[in-house]
Amino acid sequence: MAAVLLQRIGLALVTMVIIAVVVFFALELMPGDACSVNLGRGASDSMLAACHARLGLDRPPIWRFVTWAGDFLRGDLGISMQRERPITEIVGWRLRNTLILAGVTSVIGIPLALGLGVLAGLNPDGPLDMAISGVAIFAMTVPEFISGTLMILVFSVILGWAAGVVTIGYKAPAFELVKASILPAATLVFILAAHILRMVRASVIEVMQSDFVQMARLKGASRRRIIWHHVVPNALLPAISIIGLTMAWLLGGVVIVESVFNFPGLGRLAVDAVADQDLPLVQAIALLFGLIYVLTNLGADLVALILNPRLRTRRQ
Amino acid sequence: MTAPAPKLEVEDLLVGWAEFLVVDKVSFTLAPGESFGIAGESGSGKSTLLLSLMGMMRQGLQHMGGSVRLNGLPMMGQTDAALAFVRGSKIALIPQNPATALNPSRRIGAQIDEVLLVHSALNQRARAERVLDLLGRVRLAEPAVTAHRFAHELSGGQVQRAAIAMALAGEPEVLLLDEPTTGLDVTTQSALLDLLVDLRLKAKVGMVCVSHDLGVLARLCDRIGVMYAGAMVEEGPLALVLARPGHPYTQALVASIPRLSTGGLPSPIEGSPPSLFHLPPGCRFAPRCALVQDACHSQRPVVSWVEEGHKIACLSPNVAPKSVAHRPNTACAKGAPLLAVQGLSVDYAKQGLFAHKAPKPVVEDVSFTVVRGEVLGLVGESGSGKSTILAAIAGLAAPTAGQITLMSKDRTADLAARATDRPLSQLRSIQLIFQNPDASLNPRHRVLDLLAQPLMLYGHVPSSDLRGKAADLLSEVRLGAATLDRMPSQLSGGERQRVAIARAFAANPDLLLCDEITTALDVSVQAAVLELIHDLAQKHDVAAIFVSHDLAVVRAIADRIAVLRSGRIVEINTAQELCARPVDPYTKSLLRSVLEIPT
Repeated sequence: MAAVLLQRIGLALVTMVIIAVVVFFALELMPGDACSVNLGRGASDSMLAACHARLGLDRPPIWRFVTWAGDFLRGDLGISMQRERPITEIVGWRLRNTLILAGVTSVIGIPLALGLGVLAGLNPDGPLDMAISGVAIFAMTVPEFISGTLMILVFSVILGWAAGVVTIGYKAPAFELVKASILPAATLVFILAAHILRMVRASVIEVMQSDFVQMARLKGASRRRIIWHHVVPNALLPAISIIGLTMAWLLGGVVIVESVFNFPGLGRLAVDAVADQDLPLVQAIALLFGLIYVLTNLGADLVALILNPRLRTRRQ
Repeated sequence: MTAPAPKLEVEDLLVGWAEFLVVDKVSFTLAPGESFGIAGESGSGKSTLLLSLMGMMRQGLQHMGGSVRLNGLPMMGQTDAALAFVRGSKIALIPQNPATALNPSRRIGAQIDEVLLVHSALNQRARAERVLDLLGRVRLAEPAVTAHRFAHELSGGQVQRAAIAMALAGEPEVLLLDEPTTGLDVTTQSALLDLLVDLRLKAKVGMVCVSHDLGVLARLCDRIGVMYAGAMVEEGPLALVLARPGHPYTQALVASIPRLSTGGLPSPIEGSPPSLFHLPPGCRFAPRCALVQDACHSQRPVVSWVEEGHKIACLSPNVAPKSVAHRPNTACAKGAPLLAVQGLSVDYAKQGLFAHKAPKPVVEDVSFTVVRGEVLGLVGESGSGKSTILAAIAGLAAPTAGQITLMSKDRTADLAARATDRPLSQLRSIQLIFQNPDASLNPRHRVLDLLAQPLMLYGHVPSSDLRGKAADLLSEVRLGAATLDRMPSQLSGGERQRVAIARAFAANPDLLLCDEITTALDVSVQAAVLELIHDLAQKHDVAAIFVSHDLAVVRAIADRIAVLRSGRIVEINTAQELCARPVDPYTKSLLRSVLEIPT
């Protein structure tokens, strides 16, 4: 158990280092750098050289990578060229906002997906399953910018229940942001839940046909007992790693949904940073996304390790 | 005096789907405390019958007629909820594969406790005591530790014991056993059967036991029924059925069982059981029956009494049974040594970052020779290293010490190299046949392609001659040329194993390595494969190493037998001597564990 744990954590660390290397050198390969972008086309060679010297861009790339990564570890993400402020300050609040959005999405979406998945799987091909699976397939196929726009149309333009566009600033109190994230979260739940519930449904159907569920019937256990003690625990185990992977997808979805709803999060910041060619900021956000991805999957692995006795214990 | 009311009555039971019947008009009764055995080969419908005794239909099957009554209570056509109070308390199942029948994410104790929770009024403390008591009754050491384990943490024998404890928890009056010892080592099997016999005597519980192994039924049952293609063809007291089998199928089945006491090759039943979709119109056994008459092909057999309590379903029940004497094994060693294994040791050291412990050797200091034309049997329980020895000879596992020498016609070659580094002539002379032909034949290749590869590679047969050569090979394994264009999935298990044998002989080998090649086969088909290996080895002067966990099978085919335990050879001798006068205590215990059917 301890060996497996260490192995997973070690692998996660290695992955993070690789992500950092890729993020840094991918931007390094792009034509131009922070100075040439910032100073524009008319910059003279001497201006560029001065700028390079000021930012340390005249040093070899390896040296710059080590400083950048070292600073990152200390929580210093560098300085945004366009915004002329420390990136940590810009990113910090937005990271909080995006985590609030992702949190609201998960708290609603994951239990909903698990519940509906189990319901659909227990009565495969019944009317309930048809309805749930039908909606899920529809939800999976509609892209976020369409479903998001439809949400705004229905809930804010027609029904007037919620504001269509988030107008509060990025430093707004957390409570305000939770309220503001309802519609964007609903859009994300749509797709997130669909993926997880399809997986859970398949898993429930498989477990329902297993020998041990048949054995439980032959022991005289009630249907309710069979579902809660035999089917659900075993069917949800494979869902854990899927939830981890879906969280990663959520990060991509966040970029689009935050733009549609004007939500002041990391996703929208990423779009803005790319549009402004603010390279240090893009680098920092890309690295953050990568780290969140690795950490979520590490978390899913660890939860699976703790909940699944077949992974946790070994034959004596 | 009137007989006590039967516990279980099965009357004209039909189970199947559409027009296909898996269980075809089966009737029998079980008296209180009686033990009834159901014998049959794979696909005979015996497991489906057993499950339907609890009112359970297998996936996709339906109850199509007849009745099952437990204490007079109808079990057919009831919902799970209606049967819940008898299932587990009055009638309980010991499943065929306990490793998958136990919930992988709940502890053993909790799963036994569930039966008590559902069926008894005991409080939690009393239930916990009962669980430990039950685990002790099935002779699991340290019940408290086992109760806290998950199924995957236990050995095969331990899981089976836990499953028995679970079945006993509700104190059932009828216990159903589905192949209770299949997949276990012989000594484990023997200990489990002792336990079951003991439980039966103490608990006076009735039993219905399904098995393909007449030896197992002979240990456990008073009466047996023999099933063939969904129908019960013979039923009677165990001793009478085995001593005077009345139905030609039972006669042939008994004759196909290898016997330790007499040795010799068992007699196969030609052909294979009919598919459910193409059942013969008359007697289902007619196409394979040695005593078939014209009427058998068109008329369904009628039940007739052979003697008191002993009945068979046959149109001509009075035909004298065929002699069941086994054919003597005529193999003899012909002088020149072919293979010498000297001080062989193998271990599977774990490669990579996290390997730290020194591995325990799987094979340790093993030496033997194989003489041209002889069959050497390697016997041992799982984990004894018998398959690893074959892997080392075939070049699939690297020896850590020792030498393997192959003496072909004019030169001696050291087999230290892995298979990928061996010259073609060495690869040709050693051919491996695997346990499971489903896995060893490429499912996307026609039989012709499967045979063509070794023919082209080793024999340089021109493509124009391939078909003829391949057909010759098939006729040697008694398959028709029509098989050439079939895919493996279109063949029965026995036919597939014959194709695998033909493929091995296509290389024109000097040494055959047979790894449990009859384990996945029915006993009647096993007899045919044994006969085939024996005849072909004789004809082509090929030596063979025949690995099996079953001493009786090895006794039938081998000239000499080596007994393996924990990677070492404990005894090696001629088959006859080893079985008649074993020296090593382990050999003696193996011999004692063999379930010989009484005659």
